[in-house]
Amino acid sequence: MNDLTGTRALVRLALRRDRIMIPAWVLPLGLLVIAMRSAISGLYPTQASRTSLAASMAANGSLRALYGPVYDTGIGGLTAWRMGSTGPALAGLMALLLVVRHTREEEEDGRLELLGAGAIGRRAPLAAALLTGFGTSLALAAIVTLGLLPQGATGALAFGLAFGGAGCCYAAVAAVTAQLTQSARAAKGIAGALLGVGYLLRATGDAAGPGGPGWAAWLSPLGWAERLRPYAGERWWVLGLFAGAVPVLVALAHSLVARRDLDAGLLPSRPGPEGAGRRLSGVFGLAWRLQRGALCGWLSGYAVAGLVLGAITKGAVSLGNGNKSVADELNSLGGTHNLVDSFLATMVSFLGMLAAVYAVQAVLRLRGEEIGGRAEPVLAAAVGRIRWAAAHLLVAAAGSAALLAVGGLALGVGYGAAVGDVGGQLPRMAGAGLVQLPAVLFVAAVAVLILGAVPRLALAGWTVASLTLALGLYGPLLRLSRWALDLSVFTHLPRVPSAPVAAAPLVWLTALAAVLTAAGLAALRRRDIG
Amino acid sequence: MNSAIEVTSLHKAFGRTQALDGLDLTVARGEVHGFLGPNGAGKSTAIRVLLGLLRADRGQARLLDGDPWRDAVRLHARLAYVPGDVTLWRNLSGGEVIDLLGRLRGGLDQHRKQELLRRFELDPTKKGRTYSKGNRQKVALVAAFASDAELLILDEPTSGLDPLMEEVFRECVREERDRGRTVLLSSHILSEVEALCDRVSIIRRGRTVETGTLAELRHLTRTSITAELAGPPNGLARLPGVHDLDVHGERVALQVDTDQLDAVLRQITSVGVRALNCTPPTLDELFLRHYRSETAAR
Repeated sequence: MNDLTGTRALVRLALRRDRIMIPAWVLPLGLLVIAMRSAISGLYPTQASRTSLAASMAANGSLRALYGPVYDTGIGGLTAWRMGSTGPALAGLMALLLVVRHTREEEEDGRLELLGAGAIGRRAPLAAALLTGFGTSLALAAIVTLGLLPQGATGALAFGLAFGGAGCCYAAVAAVTAQLTQSARAAKGIAGALLGVGYLLRATGDAAGPGGPGWAAWLSPLGWAERLRPYAGERWWVLGLFAGAVPVLVALAHSLVARRDLDAGLLPSRPGPEGAGRRLSGVFGLAWRLQRGALCGWLSGYAVAGLVLGAITKGAVSLGNGNKSVADELNSLGGTHNLVDSFLATMVSFLGMLAAVYAVQAVLRLRGEEIGGRAEPVLAAAVGRIRWAAAHLLVAAAGSAALLAVGGLALGVGYGAAVGDVGGQLPRMAGAGLVQLPAVLFVAAVAVLILGAVPRLALAGWTVASLTLALGLYGPLLRLSRWALDLSVFTHLPRVPSAPVAAAPLVWLTALAAVLTAAGLAALRRRDIG
Repeated sequence: MNSAIEVTSLHKAFGRTQALDGLDLTVARGEVHGFLGPNGAGKSTAIRVLLGLLRADRGQARLLDGDPWRDAVRLHARLAYVPGDVTLWRNLSGGEVIDLLGRLRGGLDQHRKQELLRRFELDPTKKGRTYSKGNRQKVALVAAFASDAELLILDEPTSGLDPLMEEVFRECVREERDRGRTVLLSSHILSEVEALCDRVSIIRRGRTVETGTLAELRHLTRTSITAELAGPPNGLARLPGVHDLDVHGERVALQVDTDQLDAVLRQITSVGVRALNCTPPTLDELFLRHYRSETAAR
């Protein structure tokens, strides 16, 4: 009997509970890498075509910020380049959600108390959650390695380890944040924010030209993942950074566990008011109160992301410098101005797809309230189901609109400041952001429909949002057929600001969203609650 | 005057599980009605149907003067509900939840709320996540008792309360009855039901097996008698209604159906009694009898 007694049983419990969730993360991510490899070998079959691609990318700071630098022009190297920035970030997201789920969430829901009373060592739950997170990350690493094996084993191994390293790193980060707060949601929020910071540090470092803050990428585990340089003279010593950081974070988490009581956080929880204020007087007040924390987190993320993305957009303007062929190509497309706008349109579209993730999360709050038994006392009061649902849906819709407006404004400020035209860019980009709203509402409405009609499958709302995001991020490069790309509603939006606003798609998307929402609410009214 | 709750032949299935299988329940206005049954008998399901959260497959249900499914919102303004498993919003304080639930129902007596907080010794400034099970229940109870609802639906409301608080709860229920309110009290704590309820319905496997006043139900139960007699107890075994007769010389122990008590006592006294112990029927016995037969049926 020691502090770690029972770890093995807890790992088995975690694997049993997540027997669907873990494969649902690992397999699509692994398949994506394989699909990307075959797409690149199909699209750029010759060395010349690949070299020209690399040259245009190397010249463009903005694209470097998004995808990272191209270190090698082989098929393996280009796959590693194209997946090297987003892949490890997604692995990190997977790992941090997993670890918080098995630490703070278990504690918050009182299940850990039940387990802790058994023959379970004090540090076993954390150790088990970490082992689960590490194991899942390494399983993903193995799949990625296998997927790239045809391009050479050494590079494949390095690329797999980039995923695995980032996953393990953010698993350890989450182990620390899970000790800080009493709320699992807050723990996920802080860890997620740190992942976002890591992404931005990497983007800043990658975008920097000579003499710029290239070192910034070295502050981020996602930067390390890239700088392993798979297929480009692998730098194995970078693995030492992961091997150094992970044990430090794990030790920190364990020492925090030892210092606190069950259920307690390190950040103090203050007493609340004796009675409800005037704003907490109905279901709308309640929905706002429950959702405002998450929305504030998203809004600040959007403000920062918008500013950074806006600022690096300027890189696209200076594109043709030193690369005549790229400049010629741009001019034939209608000049650098259009290219900048096209880049901005892509960024706005990404902000839109992420806002759909937010919207689905806000919609699924309804299901969480329902399963958690908190809907019952509200619906047992003089509150109709439609009103109860509408309150949360209103937050979801208004929150999405606010996100898009803030993201667009921040893009406008970031880009405007770089080109000295804040006044001109600001309204233009805020408008471009809001153009995404009908598509966001559409995705949210699909989630409402599922929630109303097939509540057991409500989590499929996530699938819709992440499929949309994956299609937008990787679809075009995978050269998916038109109908597959059209599955994402965002492809139906006008590409503002590079294209003029077309009202028709906005109108019919909004109408469709309204119809789906109405159908979902009608189904909700007819079914059992709980 | 019509009943506060009128349920006939209610059926509800979840997949293959038949949660309600022909439930009948009638609660008169102004009475405290005990709703008894072992775990999983369908008490909470029945209550959720009455609250319009679940839709019954078959059967009729009337609540106050409406249909619990169709008129849910209108009816809910007139009732207060304490769920069996109270879960609170983690980041809302107890006081906020009490006020919120009151406002959602259409009003709350602040004076009464303060008084109830004091009586239940509840700190309203703590956040939902820090309350114990008993304290979460107190939050829901204060919200319910501070409302001006004419019907209280309480689903095992005392399962986390300590004996002192249980006493406060009983006082509150009595006050509600004195104010003319109707209470449906689901419970498996028999002493609580005996102490509070005018009438009782016992359900088992989604079906009502007994219903009536406590006196009527007692009538259905058996009285235990142990006696030391002056001579051998002749003829007891032949009397109708005698069960579990156990004779050791002049000592005798038996159970008798309450409606046959008179004849049995006559027979005993005709022999001559040196000592007599007569235990009145309790609800426990009735309950256990039904419960045992269920266990046996399994």
